[in-house]
Amino acid sequence: MKINVTINNEKKELEIAPDEVLLDVLRRYGYHSVRRGCDTGMCGICTILLDGRPVPSCSIFAARVDGHEITTVEGLPEAKDFAKLLAEEGADQCGFCSPGLIVNTVYLKKLKIKKMEEIQIKLIGNLCRCTGYVGQHRAIEKFLGVEK
Amino acid sequence: MKEVTRKIPKKDALGLLLGKPVYTDDLAPKNSLIVKLLRSPHAFAKIKNIDISEASKIEGVECILTYKDVPRNPITRAGQGYPEPSPHDWYILDEYVRYVGDEVAIVAGKDEKCVNEALKKIKVEYEIFEPVLDFEKAEGHPSIIHPEKETHPMFEIGFDAQKNIAASYEMEIGSVEEELKKCDVVISERFYTQAQAHVAFEPHTAASYIDMHGRLIIISSTQVPFHVRRIIAEAFDIPIKNIRVIKPRIGGGFGGKQAVHGEPFVAAVTLKTGKPAKIVYTRQEVFEATYSRHPMRYDITLGASKDGKLKVIDMKGLSDTGAYGEHALTTFMVAGSKTLPLYNKVDAVRFSGKVVYTNKVPAGAYRGYGAIQGNFALESAIDMLAEKLGMDPIEFRKKNMIREGETSPIFKIMGEGREGVDMIVRSCKLNECVEEGMKLINWKEKFPRKKISETKYRGVGMAIAMQGSGIANIDMGAAVLKLNDDGSFNLLIGATDLGTGSDTILAQIAAEVLNVPTEDIIVYSSDTDLTPFDVGAYASSTTYVSGNAVKRAAEKMRKLIIKEGALKLGLDESNVDFDGKYIYEKNGSKKVSLKELATVLLYTENQKQLIADASYVGEESPPPFMAGFAEVEVDIETGKVKLINYIAVVDCGVTINPNLARIQVEGGLVQGIGMALFEDVKYSPNGKLLTNNLMHYKIPSRADIGNIIVKFVESYEPTGPFGAKSVAEIGIDTPPAAIANAIYNAVGVRIKTLPITPEKVLMSLNNK
Amino acid sequence: MIQFNEYLKPKTIEEAYKLLITKNAEIVGGGAFLRLSNRKVDVAIDLFDANLDFVKENDNYIEIGSMVVISAFEENPILINLYNGFLKNVSETILSFQMRNIITIGGTLYPKYGFSDLITALLVLPTEIYLYKSGKFTLEEFLKTKLAHKDILEKIVIKKENLKTSFQYIRNSEYDFSILNVAVSKGEEVKIAVGARPGVALLAYKTMQFLNENGLNEETIIKASKMVSDEIPFSDDIKASKEYRKKVCEALVKRALLEVM
Repeated sequence: MKINVTINNEKKELEIAPDEVLLDVLRRYGYHSVRRGCDTGMCGICTILLDGRPVPSCSIFAARVDGHEITTVEGLPEAKDFAKLLAEEGADQCGFCSPGLIVNTVYLKKLKIKKMEEIQIKLIGNLCRCTGYVGQHRAIEKFLGVEK
Repeated sequence: MKEVTRKIPKKDALGLLLGKPVYTDDLAPKNSLIVKLLRSPHAFAKIKNIDISEASKIEGVECILTYKDVPRNPITRAGQGYPEPSPHDWYILDEYVRYVGDEVAIVAGKDEKCVNEALKKIKVEYEIFEPVLDFEKAEGHPSIIHPEKETHPMFEIGFDAQKNIAASYEMEIGSVEEELKKCDVVISERFYTQAQAHVAFEPHTAASYIDMHGRLIIISSTQVPFHVRRIIAEAFDIPIKNIRVIKPRIGGGFGGKQAVHGEPFVAAVTLKTGKPAKIVYTRQEVFEATYSRHPMRYDITLGASKDGKLKVIDMKGLSDTGAYGEHALTTFMVAGSKTLPLYNKVDAVRFSGKVVYTNKVPAGAYRGYGAIQGNFALESAIDMLAEKLGMDPIEFRKKNMIREGETSPIFKIMGEGREGVDMIVRSCKLNECVEEGMKLINWKEKFPRKKISETKYRGVGMAIAMQGSGIANIDMGAAVLKLNDDGSFNLLIGATDLGTGSDTILAQIAAEVLNVPTEDIIVYSSDTDLTPFDVGAYASSTTYVSGNAVKRAAEKMRKLIIKEGALKLGLDESNVDFDGKYIYEKNGSKKVSLKELATVLLYTENQKQLIADASYVGEESPPPFMAGFAEVEVDIETGKVKLINYIAVVDCGVTINPNLARIQVEGGLVQGIGMALFEDVKYSPNGKLLTNNLMHYKIPSRADIGNIIVKFVESYEPTGPFGAKSVAEIGIDTPPAAIANAIYNAVGVRIKTLPITPEKVLMSLNNK
Repeated sequence: MIQFNEYLKPKTIEEAYKLLITKNAEIVGGGAFLRLSNRKVDVAIDLFDANLDFVKENDNYIEIGSMVVISAFEENPILINLYNGFLKNVSETILSFQMRNIITIGGTLYPKYGFSDLITALLVLPTEIYLYKSGKFTLEEFLKTKLAHKDILEKIVIKKENLKTSFQYIRNSEYDFSILNVAVSKGEEVKIAVGARPGVALLAYKTMQFLNENGLNEETIIKASKMVSDEIPFSDDIKASKEYRKKVCEALVKRALLEVM
């Protein structure tokens, strides 16, 4: 079946299977920043914005997003600012989970949350096995202007 | 130092962070056949009959291979120095299946859908055997997991397949029995550690194709490209020269990718069909059918005199290697060799035990590599002994632990799979680590406990640890430096960056020697055709082993530049120096820029490519040390343990890139915290792994880790590149024991089986 | 992985219902858990565009459409303040923010998931379930009812009353399903619900009756928390044993009751 989607502000017509998940479709169409981590919606690595809100693309059927809007890390201008802060801390490490973390964190900037505890709860679903999170938190504090 | 100790971002950072296509699945040929594996539903069975006729008819299916279609050469998947200390007990496919998840057939087709359909249509008749699921009953069990005659060790490792023993080991220095009689205080305790999963976030992925020369090219998320090349050659009986292995960026390894996993299956398909093929493991497959940590049991006996001198350590172990014996002997020996030297002043020490086969998920290399298992047991027991002696556990450790300039007989006796090397510990700031950690956690104020409320108590606990820096006399790394016409350098290294940043720190080492900015060193790594040999990323070897190779290569390059510069300037070499920009006359004014020299060398005068290479194999394996301090809050009505603070003070020599070193320790700590508190492993009664996804297998989240503080003490390792030792593994070792000790200090229950769940704590509190 | 031959997105609930009863079809709520089941269904009916993501406030009650995602409890101004943030606090720690952005009210309640924190919390509030065909149920009735035919959850209604509430859970990792959860409310009467037993949440009727007869004080609370752990059935699962759940239930009920005392 065909769906019409806006991806990173570009209108696209995509050919999909009715039971395909969005993650697989995005990868098939070359959006490699969206990566498969766990298959069960738990790791947060495949996080994208659907109509502006962060969602795990592995847990959404592609057919659902027909007529809706998708943003990946490539479509977020602020991603680079945050990426630089992560890089300065060495908090990229293997980098596999980074795009998902960046998408979710850039969204949080809009919510203007300033308390680290609240931020941690909102980012709890972005798992990382390399960094131990601490370096990410140093970068997040700078990016979101966390009150200490 | 200008470039070494610089906190620069990783060279690949922005590419990784912003989602560029850099991992194996991104780079696999677009028209790759999709490869999937039919896996055994039984823990132990023999394939009586396998019928692929219906499955083969499905449209799009290109190739189905069973054990009848692939070479049957016994190999080990473990990526280790050759000949490997792991038994050769694995076959690409076999008529026996030895755990739930073991490979039965390889299916390749044009898309996932047809391959999945074909997997369902393959009919297999099994003769089912009674599986061995309890590692404490494996030795001498009526079911023999490896009855086949071809399986063999490469040299003596105490292998006895008829008894389900993959390896065994025993050593004793002095007489444990005699010395124990002289001790005033003796304790004997039993500890268990679990089969922790690596959970590297990029699932195991491999792709293969035949190039224009008819050679097999493998792209793989591996820690060990050169070992993969050798193992694939061995498994398929094809010459090494006909194989190229490329490691692109990889999404974490932690030991889980120190082996072949998907590579033989895509290779089998490509060799059979001539077509490109790829396999991307599902998360469930990664859990069920790659590797875990070796679960171990230790019986520890310690003896001391009443003045607090530790006199005897006896560690008797049992390790569960699962269905295949990868890293069986070596992880087991490391449990002793990377813990026992911490207490080097004992009168007698013994380490012995067996590694047994079971019909469970195979165990393999995992960060810590035995040391964390041994550390949990020994460092828990040390606290128990100190308490029995009525001594502060830190005072007890300080009295007995190793110091700079000392040695331990263990270094010589226990290596990895064979004898080790004698060495003096040239850099050891363990005492400073302990002192600093005590201050940071405020030990004097907090030890042993504080009551927070009627139901909550806080306690502190600690542990010390050591690791190594590569495997002495075995691990070899090599480097090549090449000068370009603009004065930049290509650094070609076999070393394998897993996301750790090793490409960057190796460039920093070269840049330091050459006195150029790290930005002028262009790194290409881990390609068996284009880069020199390196054993790969394991055993905390890259900074020390590969780093020393890079340093030597850079020193050679520096000499070459001076030599060619002198020629250009018409001066004697002894009167010329190189400052990174210019080759100049020491006592005069003649000079030529590196860029100019490089250009003329390539195009006009005395033409040649400047190229320098070096190899390094460590004669020693200098241990990094650390002290870990945990503060926990225990809820006595629910048993829940909340980690409040974790302080790690580390001696890893000079940190080449302090940011990356710090992240290595932080990441290691959190994996150790996971093993201590969260990462529970459960099997069904018939041997299926139940904790096979991230809903059931819980790695720590960012809200579970409390406040983590990492500090480095000043230290300099004379044999390391610019004073560096390794840092990759040391962070993981202390949390299990330090947290267990903190919980004991908080509420008086001693949990000796990992992980320490609320249920175990509450049930122990109730039984107190 | 679930397999479909067709994926439809009706614009109204009427249309959805017609499809549901005429075909071998299944409703997609959030989809996150449905996706993990290993079945073949002809038609997936996705309510995503069926205008069921409404939140309406009335004087005495609030209506929440079945396709409202549960992150609405932490972001929708009407829901944030409901029962002094009770449902916000409960929802905020359910799985992850990303998952809460796709998990729907209907997708949580209709399958009666045992692991749900939200069901336990809603069970101690005056909550009604509106099914398209079968009509209105209290949540309590709904959980006990086995529907004779397929239906679609249209909305839930939460009445505004003056209640004190408390929610307690035990998890090992914070990022996990609860090993056990307890919700308590107190208005004229006390309600106690226990969920993730691991079965779906139950009200502890005997204990509730005991407390309603004897009042809430430190003494009755101690007794009541013991009563609940005897009254409610528990079992083993991958996360914990029956014995542990029974023990920890006592502590959680005590804490919850003390909070509303």
